[in-house]
Amino acid sequence: MNSQDQLWDVAVVGAGIAGMSAAIFAASKGLSVLHIGNGSGLVFGSGLLDVLAVHPVKDSTVHEDPWHGIELLRKDEPSNPLALVGPKAMEVAVNQIMEALGKAGMPYEPSTTNHFVPTSMGTLKGTFGVPTTMTSGAKAFENKWPTLLIEIRGLREFSAAQMVHTMGDKWPGLRFEKIEFPDSKGVFELYATHLATALETNKTRQAVIDIVRPLIGDAKAVGFPAILGLSESTAVHKAFEDALGVPVFEIPTMPTSVPGLRLKHSFEVAAAAAGVFRRVQSVVTGVKFDNDIATLTLQDATGNQEVQAKAVILATGRFMGRGLFADREKVREPLLDLFVEQPESRENWHSRDFFAKSGHAINRCGLLVDSKWRPTDAFGAVVWPRLYAVGSILARQDWMRQKSGSGLAIGTAWAAVSAMSDDFGSIGGV
Amino acid sequence: METQVLIIGGGATGTSIMRDLALRGVDCILVEQDDLNAGASGRNHGLLHSGARYVSNDHDAAVECRIEGDILKRLAGQTIQATGGYFVAVQGDDENFIADFPGHCDRAGISWKKIDLNEAFANEPAISRKAIAVYEVPDASIDPFRLSLESVAHAKALGCRLLRRSQVVAFKREGNRITSTTVRDRVTGEEREIVADQIINAAGAWAKIVAGLANIHIDMLYSKGTLLITHNRLAHRAINRLRKPSNADILMPGGTVSIIGTTSVKIDNLDDVYPSIAEVDQIVEESSAMVPDLATVRYIRAYAGVRPLVGASGGDGRSVSRGFALLGHEESGLQNFATITGGKLTTCRLMAEKAADLVCERLGVTTPCVTTSVPLPSAYEGRWTEPGHAPKAWMRSANEDDPLICECEMVSGAVIRNLYNQLVKAGDNPTFTDIGLRSRVGKGACQGAFCAVRAAAHLYQHGAFQGRKGLDQIVDFFDERWGGQHGVLWGEQLAQAELMEALHCGLFGEELK
Repeated sequence: MNSQDQLWDVAVVGAGIAGMSAAIFAASKGLSVLHIGNGSGLVFGSGLLDVLAVHPVKDSTVHEDPWHGIELLRKDEPSNPLALVGPKAMEVAVNQIMEALGKAGMPYEPSTTNHFVPTSMGTLKGTFGVPTTMTSGAKAFENKWPTLLIEIRGLREFSAAQMVHTMGDKWPGLRFEKIEFPDSKGVFELYATHLATALETNKTRQAVIDIVRPLIGDAKAVGFPAILGLSESTAVHKAFEDALGVPVFEIPTMPTSVPGLRLKHSFEVAAAAAGVFRRVQSVVTGVKFDNDIATLTLQDATGNQEVQAKAVILATGRFMGRGLFADREKVREPLLDLFVEQPESRENWHSRDFFAKSGHAINRCGLLVDSKWRPTDAFGAVVWPRLYAVGSILARQDWMRQKSGSGLAIGTAWAAVSAMSDDFGSIGGV
Repeated sequence: METQVLIIGGGATGTSIMRDLALRGVDCILVEQDDLNAGASGRNHGLLHSGARYVSNDHDAAVECRIEGDILKRLAGQTIQATGGYFVAVQGDDENFIADFPGHCDRAGISWKKIDLNEAFANEPAISRKAIAVYEVPDASIDPFRLSLESVAHAKALGCRLLRRSQVVAFKREGNRITSTTVRDRVTGEEREIVADQIINAAGAWAKIVAGLANIHIDMLYSKGTLLITHNRLAHRAINRLRKPSNADILMPGGTVSIIGTTSVKIDNLDDVYPSIAEVDQIVEESSAMVPDLATVRYIRAYAGVRPLVGASGGDGRSVSRGFALLGHEESGLQNFATITGGKLTTCRLMAEKAADLVCERLGVTTPCVTTSVPLPSAYEGRWTEPGHAPKAWMRSANEDDPLICECEMVSGAVIRNLYNQLVKAGDNPTFTDIGLRSRVGKGACQGAFCAVRAAAHLYQHGAFQGRKGLDQIVDFFDERWGGQHGVLWGEQLAQAELMEALHCGLFGEELK
């Protein structure tokens, strides 16, 4: 199949969590979906799916109930995209994605509230969707189980000693042991992906189990850095629990991490299962609109091609994702030169304090959309009737401080696809 | 504590005085309110002036730079790279100024060579094609951190002492002498008394405040200068604009980066010195006439230092040059207090010699200054600020307990651990910022976002960090580094800052701690 030979119902641009989710939701509604983007940003994910944990940001108020948090957000920041999605749609959307990822090899614990997952930094991460390989960490902390953490010599980003020192006052039964990973003698630097792959072999896994088992003592749970298998994490995790006889959990580590790779892989499997057609190696360099059809110019190693779609979903992210670009003067949306709501001048982009309580104003800049998630100009007029924007490119949110990145991505994707498919119904498409 | 000479201020001047006195057999203590080179000594171009920059308007300063530059090249060569320098005039620059330049250089004894434009473009492709004249002079780059670290190491080896994070808060005066100086530990808040025969105020821009504690007024203005660091190195040599000294007209190489500056902005106090957005924009816009790429390159950092400008009424006739001021304060009735301030990095040795001469005369010490003949020894703690040194040492060590921690600048775990332990041994409670000052950690594109995490993990893995220190240090380190980042956040570096926030706030929630 060649993507340029047909008129697609929808072209999704961008393959982070928002683009992946939008493509899956649209395909699930029976629309033909062309998805463009390589998803390299997904590997920066931790595997945890945040919905909303902090509001208001300036007070650092952490919520156990994300739905209540969104209700409060509706009062305080009614135009925040999370508030526009609303708690009900958000819950449906996030659960659908968690289910799809589960079927694609990355199961999540069924969830109704936020969980507090211990991180490699020794902080507690309030988050909604927790991969089953990580859930016992939150439980171990909550119940203050005597817990053993495993440090691996040569794994540079992770120190179990650091976690014990940092969390020890709140978690007295926490201790650590340092081990030498099998066959790593003399190797300076170990990479989590290599260890994860190695643990998918019986021999290496058994060797690690044999090293760890005598160290368990009174521990009621054992925590590892997130290295328990790459694509076989469910099986590897279960094998460890069966062999060690206690709950085993992974600890989220600095990106790019193994759970980030799993997330990317599982999203790709889920998108394929939903019938999404993906153009992984292409970049969209231009979009032209006429009355009913958008023509997208795709660039890859072989040159330029044009594809056509009846609708376009923009999910290109912020500065890291290249969805937004800033020069010294202002922030622009580089693909379509869409209107970007932003602070007056660069003077106001950032606070002088990195950890400033209220965050940085630049992080709330972005696209404005109408009630159907269509980007508008400065005066509220839509740019094109079936151009939609989802995810972190949207204005008036601060996903990093609100701990709402995945919820923002998945929730807005859900809402935009719903609005779009209503529109397809009304124009008699599909 | 008792000593012969108390030196206040751990910049290039104070540390040079410490070494000068130590070499004369005079016991001294240096107190620094922050860390070595925390002021202007660490916030400049790192340019060892040939003197050519001053030939047109300050002949004496030019000669002084030439002489002092030669001494440092001879005796502290490990801190210097003989990069050479170009003076570049572009279309529209003052032609009389250009024409007079070689003659002025001759009068100051500074060697120069006219460079054919095509040769200049071949040697330094970044120079504007609108250049109309290029002269080569013996400018060089100098690592001020290494200079100060090794001066202190030398003085300490000779028995002198350094107290970091120690702020002078009061002087006790009896008659014509300061009998005791109260110094507060800025971490613990503890105060102690230091009894010294002589006191030298070498506090740079803070000299006025220190003198004020002794009820001495120094007429001083503060001039802030901002500089920008590029992501890549743009030129081999020092590139100077051949015009009357002005904004943004020196581009210096610094290892793998280049440094462009400066500005000159009068400020009223020293509490809030930071590079403003307006200054950053001014540098980017003005510097591109000389090096056009500066309009579009990626910048990773901005920083600002304060030049102390001593007014005419503040001098007491002991000024040996317009470049710096040595004040004996005899008019105040005090006989054991002196101030040395102003000057340039290039002349720090001379300033130290003059200040040390004054206190030695007062002490009755007749041993002459030997810093024009004794080489500066290289020290372990001084060598890690040199770009490229850490990766070479790491490759040679090939030790499994020595993983690479900072991938931008290739600093390994052993270096971080050793620098840390060395400070601990000296009685300090070291911070990440301290390690950053003594190495290249956190100076690359990631600005610490990744290496700080690895460094914390490494120090815990080796038992050096205890308690919540890792998290506390990461937060403090980012707060400190951010001051230099927020002014240059556009383009790629904005995406980098977003990644840092996604990681440290989005994932780890460090702002909630």
